[in-house]
Amino acid sequence: MTTLDPREVFLSEANELLDRLETTLLDLGDRPDDTTLIDTAFRALHTIKGSGAMFGFDRVAAFTHDFETAFDLVRRGAIAPSVELVNVALSAKDYIRSLIEESDPDTAVIGDAILAELERLVGGAPAQSAAPVAGPTSEPAPTGWQIGIRFAPEILQNGTNPLALLDELRELGACTVVPRLADLPELENLDPESLHIGWDVTLVGAVERAAIEDVFLFVQDAMELTLAPLAPGLPVAVPEPASPPADPVAPAAEATLVAVPAAPAAERDTPVRGPAERRAPPRAASTVRVEAERLDELMDRVGELVIAQARLSQLAGLHADAGIKTIAEEIERLSARLRDTTMSIRMVPIGALFSRFRRLVHDLSRDLGKPVTFVTDGEETELDKTVIERLADPLVHLIRNAIDHGVEAPERRAAAGKDATGQIALTAEHAGAQVLVTVRDDGAGLDVARIRAKAEERGLVQPGTPLTDQQVYQFLFAPGFSTAHEISALSGRGVGMDVVKKTIEALRGSIDITTEPGAGTAIVLRLPLTLAIIEGLLIRVGEARYVLPLAAVEECIELPADRNRGCGRDFLDIRGALVPFLRLRDLFDASGEPDPHQKVIIVAVGETRIGLVADQILGNHQTVIKSLSKLHADVAAFSGATILGDGTAALIIDPAQIAAGGHAAGQGEYREVA
Amino acid sequence: MTDFVEAGRAAGTLQVVMLGIGTETFALDAGMVREIIDPIPATRMPGARPHLAHIVNVRGNVVPLADIRARFGMPVTAMTRDTRFVVIELDFDGDATLVALVADKVFEVTAVALETRQQVPAIGTAWRPEFIRSIVKSGDEFVIIPDMQQILN
Repeated sequence: MTTLDPREVFLSEANELLDRLETTLLDLGDRPDDTTLIDTAFRALHTIKGSGAMFGFDRVAAFTHDFETAFDLVRRGAIAPSVELVNVALSAKDYIRSLIEESDPDTAVIGDAILAELERLVGGAPAQSAAPVAGPTSEPAPTGWQIGIRFAPEILQNGTNPLALLDELRELGACTVVPRLADLPELENLDPESLHIGWDVTLVGAVERAAIEDVFLFVQDAMELTLAPLAPGLPVAVPEPASPPADPVAPAAEATLVAVPAAPAAERDTPVRGPAERRAPPRAASTVRVEAERLDELMDRVGELVIAQARLSQLAGLHADAGIKTIAEEIERLSARLRDTTMSIRMVPIGALFSRFRRLVHDLSRDLGKPVTFVTDGEETELDKTVIERLADPLVHLIRNAIDHGVEAPERRAAAGKDATGQIALTAEHAGAQVLVTVRDDGAGLDVARIRAKAEERGLVQPGTPLTDQQVYQFLFAPGFSTAHEISALSGRGVGMDVVKKTIEALRGSIDITTEPGAGTAIVLRLPLTLAIIEGLLIRVGEARYVLPLAAVEECIELPADRNRGCGRDFLDIRGALVPFLRLRDLFDASGEPDPHQKVIIVAVGETRIGLVADQILGNHQTVIKSLSKLHADVAAFSGATILGDGTAALIIDPAQIAAGGHAAGQGEYREVA
Repeated sequence: MTDFVEAGRAAGTLQVVMLGIGTETFALDAGMVREIIDPIPATRMPGARPHLAHIVNVRGNVVPLADIRARFGMPVTAMTRDTRFVVIELDFDGDATLVALVADKVFEVTAVALETRQQVPAIGTAWRPEFIRSIVKSGDEFVIIPDMQQILN
């Protein structure tokens, strides 16, 4: 058991809050009238301020406080959120992040500049001068309030200090605080980490309802707050006519507490509410934060278990003992379920990654003067967290390309009869054991002739070589390849398309490009669901066993006898389609006599299909992927290795590389010239 | 073990594991040796360079099995009951990499005096000089301290 560094907790929490803040601000740019967005942004700011101060990030707290003060005017409806304001708020958010990450003291100038800009936008009224501008609720301030406070029992565990909140109330006016003790258990049943008491507060003073609600703004999800105005001046108990729709908390029923000045009445109904409350906030405890390394470790352990289980099953298969067989089967079932559960823990919705790019598109669109709308779909699609992390950089590059090179300038779009505003769509969807992530623009499309000309110019291909369009597109992934007429400020930032390709291939994925002249380009990243364990097909070639990723396997057939040897026509007729095949025995230089009945495994590689001829198909295999040593980086045919039931290692065949090697002669030519 | 080795270094000696590979005796810096195991079944890796043509499973890690006899032009003989796999850890481009090394025989762990260390003579050995870090004297015999990084890559 390791104790978490509270600063670490703050950092990870702040990161999440800042992400949420950014999303909210961007939403606000799109829908300036949505007041819930303003509230959400304000809450995020306030929490950052509060926990920043708690963990000693004083400069974060100070800056956020000023930011919040200015933003408060927006929240009160005094200032409408403009695009400009959103932009400044976004840079303020970035500044907070930089403060948190490096605490570098030299950047105060930037912070001041941002605040000055913010102040200018909100009309130079950063202070608490909000009072004159009446908020949406224009109810007259009563002479005082009867306030009922009841927190969820777990609230102490979140670090909330109810006494501090009560102190804040006291700052608003003279308070009489009466605790509700009815729920207090006997001493032996008392859980010191739970809050058993509530409070009834009588606050005297002309205080706005909103001011009181503000005190509890950040705990309102985990509490019940009842507010009733004290009878003003004359003791006429008229329930508030304008029972406020703007009020997100108070259950309307509590309005009847009006004119009951003392506590006992409230106390009477607390026992009734007690049990219901205990059931109410279970979601608070329904998630657990776990360090990512621990998940990786768990996955490793499960991998080892799966290997050990495979050995056990193999041994049990050799024994006649029914008891051992039953146990082996039981363990097989359990470990498969444990594996699935563990993998599902590692699965993260891709939405969090997508939302990061909204900012990118927003900024790029502004900098390049190309109005672009950003559409996302399939945010709920789940992928292994490692895959998602490594996907960020390639996607940045693809999106940047799509806006920079794909989407045309507004004039050109207008001339082509298109909407002047371009569109970038980022989508994710499941397709079998793969996830497809697509970056699509509605720009001019790829110019095959130009790419080809460029490739010939750079000597990547001999002029006149017949190439399919797909093959031409592959040149885009050659290092340093660019067809851009001029270098823009965004090009040449280090991550080229070759790096995109490398990253995706390292994830055992592939890239497809489709384009339509005038209508746009779609780049599809095909990614495996997980990196750690895959379903494999165990095959035998000569005396050695190999694993093929089952996701790539389409079907297995017997090699027709007439194709058996040297007729020079190494392709098959699969339901009318021509499918070339490769003999793994030759490719792997296998020893021993070939089996009389050779099998062909048809695998899909991108758009094409090829057959791989093996001696025998042994069956399914839970494949725990072990990476190959750096010393074997020169061997491309294998993407990794796994450990079989008998403890020996077996290589995992990479069908894409095998297929590419199949035309080795052609590709070798390009490489030599390059 | 490393501390032990470091202590030896300070005293002007080097702890080495003496291995017989082919006809030659090599001294391997004991600091890089992780373990010495009995031979286990190896898997051939098609397309790999001859001296790294197999992989083995060492405690759940898939590790290249290095046969440096191929690298030194020595004949590859069948395994005997003296054959051992010496698992060593090497640094390649900043990454610690495990390699299992086929040794025909493991003799002993011993200390060699560093002052006996000599440069590789330009003539007189069949080995390519870049494969040899230095030559030291152990007892009456000269033994080779190989440069494993060079040999394997």
